[in-house]
Amino acid sequence: MNVSYEWLRAFVPFDETAAQLRELITAHTATVDDLVPLRADLAPIVVARVVEEAPHPDSDHLHVTKVDDGSGTLLDVVCGAANVTAGKLYPFARTGTTIPTGITLEKRKIRGQVSNGMLCSARELKLGDDHDGILELHVDVPPGTPLLQALPLGDTQVVIDVLPNRPDLLSHLGVAREVSAVTGKPLALPALPGEAPVWDDAPHAAGAGATAGVAVRADHALAPRYMGLVMRGVTVGPSPDWLVERLESVGARSINNVVDASNYILHELGQPTHAFDLGKLAGNTVAVRAARPGEKIVTLDGVERVLDASITVIADAERPCAVAGVMGGRDSEVTDATTDLFLEVAVFDPARTRAARRRLGLSTDASYRFERSVDFALPPLALNRLTQLVLAIAGGQVAGPPVDLLEHAPMPRVITVRSPRVAKVLGARVPSVDAAARLTAIGFTVDAEESEGELRVVPPSWRPDVVAEIDVIEEIARLRGYDWFPTEIRPFRPGNVPDDPIWVQASRVREALVAAGLLEARPMPFTRGGGEAHVRVANPLAEDEPYLRRDLLDTLARRAEENLAHMTGNVRLFEIGSVFEPTAGAMPREFVRAGALIMGDRYPEHFAGPREQRWDEWDARSMAERIARAAHPGAGVALAPAEGDWLWRVLVEGRDVGGVRHVPLDAPVWAAPAFGVEILLAEMSNIPVAGRGEHAHGDAAGPVPRHWPRYAPVATTPAAEFDLALLLPEGVTAAQVEAAIRGASGELLERLHLFDEYTGKGIPEGTRSVAWRLTFRHPERTLRDKEIEGRRARILSVLDQELHVRARTS
Amino acid sequence: MRLPESPSLADYRRHIERLAADGLAALGDAAGLDALEAARVEFLGDRRGQLLEFQRALGALARDDKPEAGKLFNTVKRQLEAALAERRDQLGRAAGAYRRPADLTMPARPQWRGAKHPVTLVIEEIAAIFRELGFTVALGPEAESEWYNFGALNFPADHPAMDMHDTLYLRDDVLLRTHTSPVQVRTLQRYAPPVRILAPGNVYRRDFFDASHAPMFAQIEGLCIDEGVSFVDLKATLGHFAQRFFGAARARFRPSFFPFTEPSAEMDIECQLCHGAGCPACKGTGWMEILGSGMVHPAVLEAAGIDSEKYTGWAFGMGPARIAQQRYGVGDIRVFYDSDVRFLEQIAE
Ligand SMILES: [Zn+2]
Repeated sequence: MNVSYEWLRAFVPFDETAAQLRELITAHTATVDDLVPLRADLAPIVVARVVEEAPHPDSDHLHVTKVDDGSGTLLDVVCGAANVTAGKLYPFARTGTTIPTGITLEKRKIRGQVSNGMLCSARELKLGDDHDGILELHVDVPPGTPLLQALPLGDTQVVIDVLPNRPDLLSHLGVAREVSAVTGKPLALPALPGEAPVWDDAPHAAGAGATAGVAVRADHALAPRYMGLVMRGVTVGPSPDWLVERLESVGARSINNVVDASNYILHELGQPTHAFDLGKLAGNTVAVRAARPGEKIVTLDGVERVLDASITVIADAERPCAVAGVMGGRDSEVTDATTDLFLEVAVFDPARTRAARRRLGLSTDASYRFERSVDFALPPLALNRLTQLVLAIAGGQVAGPPVDLLEHAPMPRVITVRSPRVAKVLGARVPSVDAAARLTAIGFTVDAEESEGELRVVPPSWRPDVVAEIDVIEEIARLRGYDWFPTEIRPFRPGNVPDDPIWVQASRVREALVAAGLLEARPMPFTRGGGEAHVRVANPLAEDEPYLRRDLLDTLARRAEENLAHMTGNVRLFEIGSVFEPTAGAMPREFVRAGALIMGDRYPEHFAGPREQRWDEWDARSMAERIARAAHPGAGVALAPAEGDWLWRVLVEGRDVGGVRHVPLDAPVWAAPAFGVEILLAEMSNIPVAGRGEHAHGDAAGPVPRHWPRYAPVATTPAAEFDLALLLPEGVTAAQVEAAIRGASGELLERLHLFDEYTGKGIPEGTRSVAWRLTFRHPERTLRDKEIEGRRARILSVLDQELHVRARTS
Repeated sequence: MRLPESPSLADYRRHIERLAADGLAALGDAAGLDALEAARVEFLGDRRGQLLEFQRALGALARDDKPEAGKLFNTVKRQLEAALAERRDQLGRAAGAYRRPADLTMPARPQWRGAKHPVTLVIEEIAAIFRELGFTVALGPEAESEWYNFGALNFPADHPAMDMHDTLYLRDDVLLRTHTSPVQVRTLQRYAPPVRILAPGNVYRRDFFDASHAPMFAQIEGLCIDEGVSFVDLKATLGHFAQRFFGAARARFRPSFFPFTEPSAEMDIECQLCHGAGCPACKGTGWMEILGSGMVHPAVLEAAGIDSEKYTGWAFGMGPARIAQQRYGVGDIRVFYDSDVRFLEQIAE
């Protein structure tokens, strides 16, 4: 929303500079995003002092001067103005700058004398027509000061971020009202040229009426209020300069006097209006109705639009002539040939305007305001001022009193505001008198109840957002100024809510993976996916990835490929995030998982080694154990060899929570194989906690049970160790061998550690050598050699019998 | 070069000093116990040690030179024996025969450095500050019902306020949450006040993916509900946070609009780059927008079954990615999603 600083000053005689105004509006009303000086073309011009002046040796009218432009070096400048005087200040354009007339200055010689820039006249700066000499500046600033800082030149556009709750701020009147309230300066509508037209108050009618022989009908569900007026004998032509300038100051373009008058009223009051060429309306009829399916209109932008019943139109006896509240039709557009006008000032239904705007993909200044709702009480004033302006700048006469169709005006809302409640919400007592005065300043009606501490507040018609006590409390707070409230930390009670267990889990897993040297990714969760297995976004912006992922490894694999494309072959990424699974119902299931992908070197290279070691499936397996233990502390974690794509499935207390796999990638030949781990942390419940407006406080979950590790006394007796290098025939697994060893060892076996695997020279075909270290310990005494030997023999015998596994001899 | 048959004192001195230098070097530099033993035999050996020759040569010297030469001999012998003992001690202490590297400017053995994502780092730091103030962490689903995302949060149906939340829908009334605020409602339905929670998480908007927009991004939400909680508490707590997190001397609050809070306020802190003087980053205002906040709207409390006359509270929400962008100097937010190892390694803290 753009407003003009000068236009605002026409409403309220405030003294604040544009920068101060920005602070005020931002602090109390809405954020000012920007201040745009409208004479930006003057930005390169600086104030300079002529230090020396002498006649040009080869000219009778030129002067050679030395100019101080604040740069520290005096510049030689040739000047043709008779009034150039040493010691005085002038606007100065340096070499290389472009002056407002569009000329870019170059260093040049004028009759043999070098000139480094130009001292400027008012006309050269587009500050007036005076070309008699250069512009003498009566300001007290050092040379080098930008001209725009030295003089209040030109208007400033104030760009306000108006949020959807404040349609009243979409006009100069609305912003001026707030400025008036916070500066304490009075608010008045700026004078318009000519006289305000006088007419008999139009009798309110519902649904249908007439003005000057034009029959007007309106469906009030579509247009709660509709005013119309006929003017005859107008002369369409260019607008006066002041009007063009006003429109330009808010970024609007002048079209012709009638259209400009309508636009002026929109920016002044926030009331969109429309002027139809009455001569082009068939049957002296204006009707506000829903479009018939398939009806067409060519709008002012030249686009033919096919309409449907969701769109409100203004129609004559034959066809739609405008899309109500959005844009006029080209056929009834005001042109130079127009003499008779039908002026429309209406309030259109916000929801339907919004629907039409979306349906047609056509947002205009008018639709923007109608969508946010236009003051129901505004049309009479807007019509009166519009008519006055058209009469003054386009002539003609009013053909008759206007028609004013409405069913019933909205009832004013009376809101009771309790002072203790104000203090409770705001934490500080704002005196009722003070609150009442501030509310009154922005148009609220305030009655102090005789009963203590209550205000009866009636918001003005232009504030549809104020419907309840809390809305008034906000008004009091912002008008008082948020800065006014103290900043002290007051005593508080700790909350009732325990940390979400998923957060605790995720944090543990994250710490573990970071400690393992992995890098956390937070990628997009969208995927090409496809089919029934994936949840589809109904309205994706990009069609290439319209699905939500089911697996983190799907995402991590794509990220790894991206890294490979950058020639990064050592990838070690992890993510903790949500995956989605479709269900028979509308709501998908959502699971929080941890995923990790590793490929490339296990260690960065070092001169002393180890060299050339790559991450492999065994690292992935250990990563999986790490994640599972961090995610499910104290629970039993097991990895079971798996089929198909998976190498292992991860079991936590016997429950399958994930797996380890080789991850196939679209990878260059030099890339190492990639391994992935994906493990479930928890399902993220999305079922409603309680019904609407209800709570389930009685059912809050108790504390999560914890498993604490138990201390086992550290052994004080010595251990006995021996190694077994065994030949395993094909098909015999390490797990089988270990089970057999444990079975044969008895309870004194403290540790069984697989430390080597070997195939090749010296090993019979079809077997492999696998070596274990066995550690035995008796809790109370030293084991005798004989006891150890006995166990060794028993183990070997059991292995041979059960698995045909023998000790390696070579 | 051997000692002459009948050496002069000068010959004797020259040769024994040379022997001393060689012997000390050999003993001192012995790489292991074996090498040390070899050096011992070479210089101090009982049968062929080089020092024996000098012991014998003492007899061949002129009488007047003998005391001087004898002293020299004893000194060198003691030196060599001391060097032997010291080296033996050194090597013996370092099991496995440790030897100092000759070039200590060689680099350390590198390890892969793990790192949390920059956005996570910011979330964790925010959470740490609020934890001191009694806040805990609550989570909620990313796929939400329209009611939790909009209805319960007082969004007017079919209103321009909805335009601020361009939504990705899964089904008619199921969507990808557009903010973390549904967690407020879920938490209030589940736990009775006092409630002091932070809700970090991913949220979704129907936005193109470019340098400053993403269809998914992180948000962190805070909620405080109890009896007697007011706008002053909001200002004080968030101001305290700004000071702790940014070291910002000044924070300001200005009016804003969110359907689920009233009064609503946005908090700015003094621009971190120009410290309030005005610069391009802050569009010359001297302020930087950090978070949106406000007093929880009574309608939101009522939607969650909480008595809004009895309880009041405040909430805030902010974008950790924006903060991470400033903090780590990341211009293009796509970098946060790319998962480029070269980026993630850089920000490791
Ligand atoms: Zn700045």
